[in-house]
Amino acid sequence: MSATAAQRFLQDAAVKSADLMHREVIRRGMDSYDAAHLKGRARIKDWEAARQRCQEIKREAINHLDRYLLQFEEKVAARGGHVFWAANSEEACAYVKNLATRLNVKTVVKSKSMVTEEIHLGTALEKAGIKVWETDFGEFIVQLREEGPYHIVTPAMHLLRGQIATLFQEKLGQKIESDDPAYLMAVARRVLREAFFSAEMGISGANFLVADAGVIAISTNEGNGRLCTSIPRIHVVVTGIEKVIPRLEDLAVLWPVLATSGTGQGITTYGTLIGGARQSGEADGPEEFHVVLVDNGRSQLLADPEQREVLHCIRCGACLNICPVFRHVGGHTYGTTYPGPIGSVLTPHLNGIKEFKHLSYASSLCGACTSVCPVKIDLHHHLLQNRRNATEAGATKASERLMFRAWRHAMLHPRIYALGGWSMRKALRIAYGLGLQGSILDPMRVWNRYRSPVPLPAESFRARWRRDRAAN
Amino acid sequence: MKGKVSLFVPCFVDQLLPQVALDTVKVLRRIGYTVEFPEDQTCCGQPAFNTGYWDDARPCAERFVRVFRHADVVVCPSGSCTTMVRTFYADLLAASSLRDDAIALASRTFEFSEFLVKVAAITQVGATFPHSVTYHASCHGLRELHIHDEPLQLLRQVKGLNLIEMTRSQECCGFGGTFAAKFSDISAAMGTSKAESIAATGAEFVTATDPSCLMHLQGILGKRNASTRTIYLASILAQDGQTNASQARESLAKKSFAEAQP
Repeated sequence: MSATAAQRFLQDAAVKSADLMHREVIRRGMDSYDAAHLKGRARIKDWEAARQRCQEIKREAINHLDRYLLQFEEKVAARGGHVFWAANSEEACAYVKNLATRLNVKTVVKSKSMVTEEIHLGTALEKAGIKVWETDFGEFIVQLREEGPYHIVTPAMHLLRGQIATLFQEKLGQKIESDDPAYLMAVARRVLREAFFSAEMGISGANFLVADAGVIAISTNEGNGRLCTSIPRIHVVVTGIEKVIPRLEDLAVLWPVLATSGTGQGITTYGTLIGGARQSGEADGPEEFHVVLVDNGRSQLLADPEQREVLHCIRCGACLNICPVFRHVGGHTYGTTYPGPIGSVLTPHLNGIKEFKHLSYASSLCGACTSVCPVKIDLHHHLLQNRRNATEAGATKASERLMFRAWRHAMLHPRIYALGGWSMRKALRIAYGLGLQGSILDPMRVWNRYRSPVPLPAESFRARWRRDRAAN
Repeated sequence: MKGKVSLFVPCFVDQLLPQVALDTVKVLRRIGYTVEFPEDQTCCGQPAFNTGYWDDARPCAERFVRVFRHADVVVCPSGSCTTMVRTFYADLLAASSLRDDAIALASRTFEFSEFLVKVAAITQVGATFPHSVTYHASCHGLRELHIHDEPLQLLRQVKGLNLIEMTRSQECCGFGGTFAAKFSDISAAMGTSKAESIAATGAEFVTATDPSCLMHLQGILGKRNASTRTIYLASILAQDGQTNASQARESLAKKSFAEAQP
């Protein structure tokens, strides 16, 4: 029998959290992010007001999603673009694959997009015999390693440059002479340059869909996004329905806030607005422009008033960066497209509460994620709601249900509670006196594996209080 | 006399860390409050609530509200358990007949340090503690109750105390209640990172607003044979300089945490 997602998570978490090398690499990455992020935030005069405004914009968009999406579609269609509404991954992948086949596409270049990871578009196209190039440097690296992105903004942050040099040597069929970052980037750039010019189709995501202007907004740092969307003769945008925003002017706050939260930059290097294929009189651009709007479980989340705001997410990665669990287990351990706090909230909705409820429990509920979210999603409280939903759906273990039933009985009867506490301490003291600490008979062995035992005083506070009161 | 406070003693403090509550009482009395301990109290319901068992947590919360609803003010030596009452009771008891009482009670329930600084308006409690101390900002106090500077204000007034700041003082220690059992490896790794931040300060003691963080950290530090010990905030403030430093250290270690070793 193959392991469940929860079992795999536990195993991988045990390995990664004990991997000091990994911890050091991530800590260094996060330290430099922290410094940049703090500096970036200081550039915005009133950061809290900016977050507030972003939250309001996204709330307005999500609460009127139908209207803004239709407005976006109408504007795109008016310029000759095509909009396809995909209910799920299969429909989205089939649309792109059929389009590629029909238009005789042999090579695709992709700019970074988490939605295409979510629907496994790359695999679907490769199966149809189409060569797919990831052109974001980090994505290019993890594609060569045949693994998913480690982080939603920085896909290869878990790798050292030496590892990348070795990878290039193995996979690119050329001699790699140095692990200097600039040199490695030049190698990738030469390889990718050929891909850009041979590809018939470019696939991008969208950071925002601007309803009133009917354009997509993309933020990138490497310029690969512009090459993907302007050189090949077909441009396909694959994105989630929640990415729509009402007005072009909303970007004035969303763009800098996204950049600040994502990397600490004031603004991302390339901010691109695309409204469709090449119009007559224009010098460049694709011949065809398609937008695939992916639902894939989002409407269901929209129907849940308690957690609808999870759709506000702009995928900046700030909650991953600050999360102490992410910092210790790393991105791949989650085994999902979206790791970290947002992934732990979202995945049970998108992929099933029964299989992925463990992610909502894999948090100390410290709330650091919520404190940095630029659109103010109440992330750690949504984890609590997911836990409640899992319990109500009967997805938790019978032994645990029974334990809490017994616990509840004790807590409703102070005498049972006091007696229970006393006997537990007494029993543990006797057991530890017999040298059973950490053995199979020790109910605290999970605790004791990594920690010295909890104190086991002879007298509880309430017993002491009663004794003092009797003495006076 | 300044008035009467009702003491809410979290179940794990009652059962495992009685000294935390005794020291809380000592400080409250020293600054002029009458302290009562409603003996009918048990647990606020947080373990079940956090694990998703809201139906099991609810009757505990209702019971808590009944036990405390006539209290003028409730003080608790734990930011996390205070959060349960202050932040979560309104949601948990949304459909309960005790909802209004719960919301009213929430506004009269305070974590120990915020009670001293914000309600009693006192930072000088006449404590002496000639030791180096570093401060860990417990998550629930910090991010649910917005307790930022209060514990530090109190510590700065302690005679002889040398406060040393640790890096990442606001990063979680990894306890997280049932998280520490369900995801023991992750919890311990987070605790180890915290222990390294603590060790780097060279402080003799680490303190916090939450004895649950300290219980976990003491376990991690103990396993590493680290020289730094944990001590709850009220246990520092309860030190009045009557005993000399080494005796204080000795007795603290004995009283609060070393009883585990049989």
